[in-house]
Amino acid sequence: MVCSFHVYTMEIKANDNDTSPDQQRKLANKKLGFKLLWIVAGSIAFSIALVPLYNVLCTLTGLNGKTKTTASEISNTKVDESRWVTVQFTSNVMPGLGWNFHPKQSSIRLHPGQIQTVLFEAKNITSQVVAGQAVPSVSPGVASIYFKKIECFCFVRQELQPGETKLMPLRFFVSPDLPSDVSEMTLSYAFFSADKQ
Amino acid sequence: MSTTTVAHHDEHADHPTGIMRWLTTTNHKDIGTMYLTFSLIMFLVGGCMILGIRAELFKPGLQLMNPDFFNQLIGVHALIMIFAALMPAATGFANWMIPLQIGAPDMALPRLNNWGFWLLPPSAILLTLPFTLALFGIGDGALATGWTFYPPLSVQGGIGVDFAIFAVHLLGISSVLGSINIIVTLFNMRAPGMTLMKMPLFAWGWLITAFLLIATIPVLAGAVTMLLTDRHFGTHFFDAAGGGDPIMFQHLFWFFGHPEVYILLLPVWGFIPQILQTFSRKPVYGYKAQVYSFWAIGALAVVVWAHHFFTAGLPVPALLYFMYSTMAISLPLAVLFFCWIKTMWKGSMSFETPMLFTVGWIILFGIGGLTGLVLADVAADAQYHNSYFVVAHFHYTLFAGGIMGIMAGVYYWLPKMTGHMYNEKLGKTHFWLTAISFNMTFIPQFFLGLAGMPRRIPDYALQFAEFNMISSISAFVLGLSQLLFVYIIITCIRGGKKATDQVWEGAEGLEWTLSSPPPYHSFAEQPVIK
Repeated sequence: MVCSFHVYTMEIKANDNDTSPDQQRKLANKKLGFKLLWIVAGSIAFSIALVPLYNVLCTLTGLNGKTKTTASEISNTKVDESRWVTVQFTSNVMPGLGWNFHPKQSSIRLHPGQIQTVLFEAKNITSQVVAGQAVPSVSPGVASIYFKKIECFCFVRQELQPGETKLMPLRFFVSPDLPSDVSEMTLSYAFFSADKQ
Repeated sequence: MSTTTVAHHDEHADHPTGIMRWLTTTNHKDIGTMYLTFSLIMFLVGGCMILGIRAELFKPGLQLMNPDFFNQLIGVHALIMIFAALMPAATGFANWMIPLQIGAPDMALPRLNNWGFWLLPPSAILLTLPFTLALFGIGDGALATGWTFYPPLSVQGGIGVDFAIFAVHLLGISSVLGSINIIVTLFNMRAPGMTLMKMPLFAWGWLITAFLLIATIPVLAGAVTMLLTDRHFGTHFFDAAGGGDPIMFQHLFWFFGHPEVYILLLPVWGFIPQILQTFSRKPVYGYKAQVYSFWAIGALAVVVWAHHFFTAGLPVPALLYFMYSTMAISLPLAVLFFCWIKTMWKGSMSFETPMLFTVGWIILFGIGGLTGLVLADVAADAQYHNSYFVVAHFHYTLFAGGIMGIMAGVYYWLPKMTGHMYNEKLGKTHFWLTAISFNMTFIPQFFLGLAGMPRRIPDYALQFAEFNMISSISAFVLGLSQLLFVYIIITCIRGGKKATDQVWEGAEGLEWTLSSPPPYHSFAEQPVIK
């Protein structure tokens, strides 16, 4: 099999030499056409590679406001009492989730490094057991990597009984490395339905 | 540049006749004609859609259609105008003229060429079929997200989105095949002695366009495929609840979408200097500068995409980068404008219809470019984003800069393609009707946008009523004027004064050395360029 293929390609090569310039050009055109397909393949690969690249870039830089989805360690961070930071809280309930959800306080002021606990209240207004997943986002995006959560209801799926109201805590601190031009940030939670449809 | 031999063997057609001729043809002129005809038909279809929208916007309140149908018309209008009208028109010219301009017997890959064209009608049907299906109670109409497919709206949308996704796949394959064909033709099929730097600028514009297409269309195809799997196969590329990010779609989309603007315009920038040279009776000014500007714009095109969503919440350093890089494009573009004007400077100009369209084009496209600079300013864009200012801006670049440019090309090459002169008087009338009604349609939209009217909304506040009324009436004049265009083309195909080989007194280049119309097989023996 291998041998016959070898002979076959030899034949093509042999034929190449006798063919008219016209046919040679046709062959050259085909060759270049196939070469160009590599660019197409390359850019398909690029578009798929952009997904992980985008996520890595955003995790490293916090560009899209995503915060970590796991708890940060409480290192012995010093509280920087010379600075104040205001953190505002907002919330959204996405379509498909029958809950009321809002922060118990609209904003707090704290020093960088100081650990704080804030509460969010969620109520299931349907007559079924419903599960939801909160997705946080910090604005401005550059501040998101300095927003450290120690404990958050957003780390896991939350389940509410029919009519149940639940207070959901968030323990966090703002890293003292926060750039000096940021004095305010907004933490927004979007609660999505986590039930399998 | 001069030719030594011109092949003249006008053998009578060893090709099938009737419908089979068009279905099976691999002749570049036939395929070019099909592309141009398809483009003209789809231009009218897309035009009818937008007239429906302008009729609805004639008065505040909802009169003619529900908002959902309004949204469908807007999205499909854009997709049709971009992918089924403008791009095929440019490809049609490429098929017709590139082999003639570089002295090649045909396109390099003729069968691929046929396939590239015949993917277009099915994709146009896919795009518009959901409208018809909805009449029979199947689905809820065409895609209603606007042409940009932004999630989460497009993930939640009806079957129209799926139809549009598959249409984009087909259109993408078609353009990639067409582009590969053009690149191979330009690299392998040039007449002996025609170096790359002796190619006409139209060929250069298309070369850059073709490379942009094969580099960016696959990214769009990838993005809409992810959208498809998000919709039906449980992936979460763009779903925040599943760890995805809807903003990522905007990055992917506009990584294709911004180069697309230059894909639409570069072929036009290519033949505009040739028209200017013809009717100014002077050589093209700054040939090399224009070629290098094409390169510069092609390169910058792929690194500026995020200016389409400045308001999506990008960090300040990214905003600044995209603002500066976007504004940088105006430098090579200014070089082009300078060269166009300098080509006319002190020339002995005459104003036949192609020249009228070209001079009008320079002015109107200039307005499009300058208003683009306003939108590229991050601080100003915060106010103008998604307003009618944006709509007016991109119609100055794509209707004036794109379609009016194409019209200039049609009038310029129509006598060459058909062998007959078109009716000059009607052509000039068509220009003035188009230019005036175009401005009357879109200048009010600049004012509407500055006053805060958002785009893609079927109803509006009372203070916008007058400008919308002016805009709607003018849009109908603009639309009806195009029937004159169709009439001129048809009468020119069917008869008229015989065109000479050179057609225009100042025309230069290989295509003008052939007879009008050129023989079915031209340049079987390639001319030698000195």
